[in-house]
Amino acid sequence: MTAPLLEIAGLTKAYPGVVANDAVSFAIRPGEVHALLGENGAGKSTLVKMIYGLVRPDAGSMTLEGRAFTPAEPRAARAAGVAMVFQHFSLFEALNVAENVALGMEDPPRPRDLAQQIREVSETYGLPLDPDRLVGDLSAGERQRVEIIRCLLQDPKLLIMDEPTSVLTPQEVEILFHTLRKLSAEGTAILYISHKLEEIRALCDAATILRLGKVVAECTPREVSAAHMAELMVGKSLAAPARAATPPGAVLLKVTGLSLEPATPFGTPLRHIGMELRAGEILGIGGVAGNGQDELLAALSGEARTSPGAIALAGAQIGALGPNERRRLGLLCAPEERLGHAAAPDMSLTENALLTARLRQGLDRHGFLNWNGAQAYAEQVIAKFDVRTPGAHVAARALSGGNLQKFVIGREIMQAPRVLVVNQPTWGVDASAAADIRQALLDLAQNGAAVICISQDLDELLEISDRFCALNEGRLSAPRPARGLSMEEIGLMLGGAHDMHEADGEMPHVPA
Amino acid sequence: MFRLEKRPMPSRVWILATPVIAVILTMIAGGIMFAILGQDPVEAIRIIFLDPLFDERFASFSRPQLLVKAGPLILIAIGLALGFRAGIWNIGAEGQYIIGAICGAAFGLAFYPSENPLIFPGMVLAGLFGGWAWAMIPAVLRTRFRTNEILVSLLLVYVAEAILASAATGFLRNPDGRGFPGSRNLSQHPGTDNLELIAGTGMHWGVVAAFIAVIFSYVLLNRHLMGYQIKLAGQAPRAAKFAGVNPTRLIVLCLGVSGALAGMAGLFEVAGPAGQISIDFNVGYGFTAIIVAFLGRLHPVGILLAGLLMALTYIGGELAQLMLGIPASAIQAFQGMLLFFLLALDVLSNYRVRIGREVAA
Repeated sequence: MTAPLLEIAGLTKAYPGVVANDAVSFAIRPGEVHALLGENGAGKSTLVKMIYGLVRPDAGSMTLEGRAFTPAEPRAARAAGVAMVFQHFSLFEALNVAENVALGMEDPPRPRDLAQQIREVSETYGLPLDPDRLVGDLSAGERQRVEIIRCLLQDPKLLIMDEPTSVLTPQEVEILFHTLRKLSAEGTAILYISHKLEEIRALCDAATILRLGKVVAECTPREVSAAHMAELMVGKSLAAPARAATPPGAVLLKVTGLSLEPATPFGTPLRHIGMELRAGEILGIGGVAGNGQDELLAALSGEARTSPGAIALAGAQIGALGPNERRRLGLLCAPEERLGHAAAPDMSLTENALLTARLRQGLDRHGFLNWNGAQAYAEQVIAKFDVRTPGAHVAARALSGGNLQKFVIGREIMQAPRVLVVNQPTWGVDASAAADIRQALLDLAQNGAAVICISQDLDELLEISDRFCALNEGRLSAPRPARGLSMEEIGLMLGGAHDMHEADGEMPHVPA
Repeated sequence: MFRLEKRPMPSRVWILATPVIAVILTMIAGGIMFAILGQDPVEAIRIIFLDPLFDERFASFSRPQLLVKAGPLILIAIGLALGFRAGIWNIGAEGQYIIGAICGAAFGLAFYPSENPLIFPGMVLAGLFGGWAWAMIPAVLRTRFRTNEILVSLLLVYVAEAILASAATGFLRNPDGRGFPGSRNLSQHPGTDNLELIAGTGMHWGVVAAFIAVIFSYVLLNRHLMGYQIKLAGQAPRAAKFAGVNPTRLIVLCLGVSGALAGMAGLFEVAGPAGQISIDFNVGYGFTAIIVAFLGRLHPVGILLAGLLMALTYIGGELAQLMLGIPASAIQAFQGMLLFFLLALDVLSNYRVRIGREVAA
């Protein structure tokens, strides 16, 4: 057993209201590929930010090669031999590969020498990349290679990779893994952050599993099943739904063969999405961020139009209708991003009440706005959903995340929707507010509405959903009854180990 | 050290106080500049701000000028402010103003020498249409081909100026003018004239239109769905889309309204104070109105006051040139200071100034 390269002991970091890391300890040996596994919000990012010098720990110590390691900034971490490839790239599209690499270096060599070095590194590690190409012309996988090569040129001892495969095709993943194995064989340690279990089993020598900021387990991924890791990641104690099962009613929302090209180059295309939603039912849609959640919400809200027949509400084709026409018919949505999407930050709560409630609450007459009515409605939402604010005149940005989220969800629920679609309804919301929001969604379904809850929080989905399906690379799996769903099954659905790729171009999934 | 801390909500007090403070700071900084130029600063400031209104010798001439100059500024700025609030930047009001004037004048001259009372309303509509049509060029190019409306509308000003020159020397030239450039005089011909409505006030139909525009815009922004959508689109474009706002419609509407109002302002000017289409008919109202719109914080009432203030600095500036021999560029610098201080102080309504270092979190 060699001595550890990096040893972390009792690392703690607290933010107001949440302990992101609570006495986290683990060690990485040279040449080891070490997985850091956990759900969103488990504290993985905070931990690697501390290692990379972006965040200063409140308590605890780090030791690199036997010496105390306290990087004050990323530059210091890089100088000590720690390099990091971020999930989101920081590249200039108008510059070529070599120029982008040079921009990230402390002391870049002459351009011609650098291009030669890039070629050498790219050949050595099997990362095909031409230093003269414009970054704007590269695929996501090739852009990631630019970032990796930028790190490798610094000859790191420890390479941190944050969700590296989230933007890659399966073929690119193979190339990446080949490179990482070669680096590992040469003695470079790799800290690999992911929640794709099968990948971790294929690649990593050891795994540290974080849950709610604490290390809950360490394991050797090759020796345990993906299901076991998922169970460790999610936790075993799953709360029972707080309501009696009601027999599902008539089909309210039917989506068939919904495909949508993304509006932006960084969006995810939706592929053959099909689902059926019945009155009184909550459908939970799980998935890793960036797998089409925003796009699915936009397609349902009417911000993105589809072919008329792709979405039907109670039998009426609504795919080509805009947001307000869909609201009129009873399809309401609450997007993930509170400030700037669900609410206008600088507008008052009264003005924000008007944002979506105008039609169904009759807050205008011939285009003239009924401000008293809007204020009364905002005050109703504030009172019913216990929104902590001095009043309806306060700007949305002055509210805490949880309070604004209660307002946004309450604004939709109090309009008595037939179908409500929520994306990440409790993201960044404190525990008690989250419980209130979940109970409100349950009550809404109990009263005969249908709810789609898109979330990355598995606990939440299992707590409130009747059926569960996974969104993965813009494809929606067939739904399964949420009750009795095992962690292994969920892990496989989320990790993309199911056979959906073969379904490409074939018939869309027929909902059960 | 000083540092800025974002307020949870914009401060109402500061929103109202900053224009006043900006005017005072402009007086101080301008006074220093005038002193360096060898003038008595107090006298210069008095001549610019007070004499045009209260001095016996000048008031009878310059008081009416206040409305004559403020009218087009307010009318244009009201239209521009709607677009600016929605994040649609019409920088070419000057061009729309010129085309409006040409279209309106052409309509009136087409019926020359008729004195039918319907001609003037027709000219107003023609001016409105001309400005609207000129603004539709950037609107259509932006919505169809995603061009930048700032560049297109600005460059169209120079096209409009070329058309103006050819109108004054060609198709609208006065046939009885012995070959001099310039059209027939509209303000001296009954039926096409836009005269002072109340003697000694400078009030003409353009000023009336400006006041109506202020009221209309106030109601639109505060009471009507369209105004709400304009504000929403400017503050949070994604939320506006979520609320069902159609961005294409908003662009066409905002550019159209601002163009139409600028065109009307051009017509009122050519039929009244200017009198005729001439090569140098436009004097920059379309550009100054941009300053007026921001000086008035894009608020209708603010624009009304800002238009009057800006007109005052123009008249007072001319007076100061005349009386003290202050160079015209110094007056322009003075007006520039006003805008500078106003925008610089803007930060106070959204931020709080704290003294001392931030306590490490």
